[in-house]
Amino acid sequence: MNFVTVLALIVSSTLVYSAPLIFTALGGTFSENSGIVNVGLEGIMTMGAFTSIVFNLSFASTFGTATPWLGALLGGIVGIIFSLLHAVATVNWRADHVISGTVLNLMAPPLAVFLVKAIYNKGQTENINQNFGYFSFPGLANIPVIGPIFFKNTSAPAWVAIVLSIFLYWVLYKTRFGLRLRSSGENPQAADTLGINVYKMRYAGVLISGFLGGIGGAVFAEAIAGNFSVSTIAGQGFMALAAMIFGRYNPIGAMLSSLFFGFAQSLSIIGDQIPGISSLPSVYLQIAPYVLTIIVLVVFFGKTVGPAADGQNYIKSK
Amino acid sequence: MIKVSPKAKRLLVPIVSVIAGFLVGAIIMLVWSYDPFQAYSSMFESALGSANGIGETIRNATPLIFIAIGFQISSAAGFFNIGLPGQAQAGWLTAIWIGLAFKGLPVYILLPFEIIAGSLAGALVAGIAGWLRAYFGTNEVISTIMLNYIVLYLCQYLHQDVMNKSLRVDTDTTKTVGASGSLRIPWLSEMFGGSRISGGIFLAIIALVIFWFLMKKTTVGFEIKAVGLNPFASRYAGMSDKKNIIISMLLSGAFCGLGGVVQGLGTYQNYFTQTTTLDIGWDGMSVALLGGMSAIGILLASLLFSILKIGGLGMQTAAGIPFEIVSIVIAAIIFFVAISWAVGLLFKEKKSDKTATYIATAETAGRQAANDQQKGGEA
Repeated sequence: MNFVTVLALIVSSTLVYSAPLIFTALGGTFSENSGIVNVGLEGIMTMGAFTSIVFNLSFASTFGTATPWLGALLGGIVGIIFSLLHAVATVNWRADHVISGTVLNLMAPPLAVFLVKAIYNKGQTENINQNFGYFSFPGLANIPVIGPIFFKNTSAPAWVAIVLSIFLYWVLYKTRFGLRLRSSGENPQAADTLGINVYKMRYAGVLISGFLGGIGGAVFAEAIAGNFSVSTIAGQGFMALAAMIFGRYNPIGAMLSSLFFGFAQSLSIIGDQIPGISSLPSVYLQIAPYVLTIIVLVVFFGKTVGPAADGQNYIKSK
Repeated sequence: MIKVSPKAKRLLVPIVSVIAGFLVGAIIMLVWSYDPFQAYSSMFESALGSANGIGETIRNATPLIFIAIGFQISSAAGFFNIGLPGQAQAGWLTAIWIGLAFKGLPVYILLPFEIIAGSLAGALVAGIAGWLRAYFGTNEVISTIMLNYIVLYLCQYLHQDVMNKSLRVDTDTTKTVGASGSLRIPWLSEMFGGSRISGGIFLAIIALVIFWFLMKKTTVGFEIKAVGLNPFASRYAGMSDKKNIIISMLLSGAFCGLGGVVQGLGTYQNYFTQTTTLDIGWDGMSVALLGGMSAIGILLASLLFSILKIGGLGMQTAAGIPFEIVSIVIAAIIFFVAISWAVGLLFKEKKSDKTATYIATAETAGRQAANDQQKGGEA
């Protein structure tokens, strides 16, 4: 194996594993910046994964290669509907954000498996035929050295997610909507005084996280898992949550730390194909992503600073 | 809207939440044309209809009580300890390993040895997160999530590659602990129709009493709660927030570790390879969210939870209704508990004597202020 092939392998598998994390972590940044803690990303991803797989199995023959993309979109829409539960509970009904988010995590797997059993009469779906697969950028893939590493046989959803993170950074920090959303998370009283509809902004934050979390789950299911069962989404939502905090509640930060997690995760999977690493006992590679995260967090970041009013219910005075 | 006294309202809101949760389950079943009456009756029948069913229900509740206590101690100090599965797993493997390695010791030495070592293992795992939080300000949500996976893979490595081969049946399963290292009590199992109930339930009840005593009657508990409510005021009053952060995490992890110990020495009698984070960790968190800060609440919540879980298995076999419906019911109940403010709107409080209302309002206002302070502190 020459150097470029090894690098290409590492980059492409990093992108494959990062894509779902980036989408979901981006969703998380919007929810938290609006002031609603969302630990329910895991549950939202589960619903997105379930929806996309059912859609993919049912409509693969109709839509062909567009199926996974449509499935991801539908997963996002179901994510919105599911996250509505969290939005209503925390914005209108004064629920504790962490408990309400945990409810999403507790509710999604049994609900999805129940529906799978009701639809297919078994606890796990078939494998899908139309998955995201690998994508080569026409033109870019032919650039020497850089082409094969970054643009040939790579993950299309990951590149969409990376571009999206830059766009969402712009939305959050350079638009009126973004400013209003952030002010609802920093100081809802002041925002309300200035005529901003805090409840509306918080709904927007949670629903955006539902949409992107649903897409994240769908991307994971349609690019990596290939089917849906109770263990399809096992911890990715929590990793995305960690990536969002790690990325300091900022879309680009969330994207970069998702790439880091994706890299660390893919190392333990492709490690035995890389000379030098393959001789290590597998336990080191397995725990490496998690140990590295803690170390990086302690050494480089210390205290992470969230929006000031994150996690607090805003009760409008009458 | 129904007029009730404030005290009745405090009782009614959780009851309504539980009923509403069952209703949600019933509606979902009706939509998919299953019979909810048949489902719930076969559920209660299999969980409570026989000595064996009751024994299994209690058996299921035992580790959850410990883990729920662990979760509540950390949340009293203002932490979201999401590392319950890892802490329980550390306790489980440690207890079984010691039970197997020191098989020859008499029961009155071996059993305490296993239990203490198991709880220390849990405390160690949680203590890492507490130490990082206290001295580096590391967000405990991230560190405990990461620790879950570190423990998961580390346990796999320790049990498959480090543990002496003679202690294992095959790569994935250890031998079972002997009678001197087990929490099973023959007459108790016999009384409950040969179920896997163990002496762990007595330990759980002791743990509940300790929890109540710790939080309500001791300085340690008072300081933990004070730091959780308002770290600045506590520091001003001479309490060390660093010390209390670490103590609360150590205690939290110790109780979670004990949850793993009773699961190992009581339920399974051995350790086997885990592929995902431990279920009892997440179930214990559900119980804690249902039961709230009170010892009685945790006990009742753990029993309700276990009736649903054990009954759900029977429901699946007897009535052919997917087991998952009970988990949906549990999640729905927790949801209604979470929105108790909205559920409470159903009931209007009767005008009671003025001072009580005044104190109650002052209390909520104080708590709100404390929350603001705490948030400010984190920022």
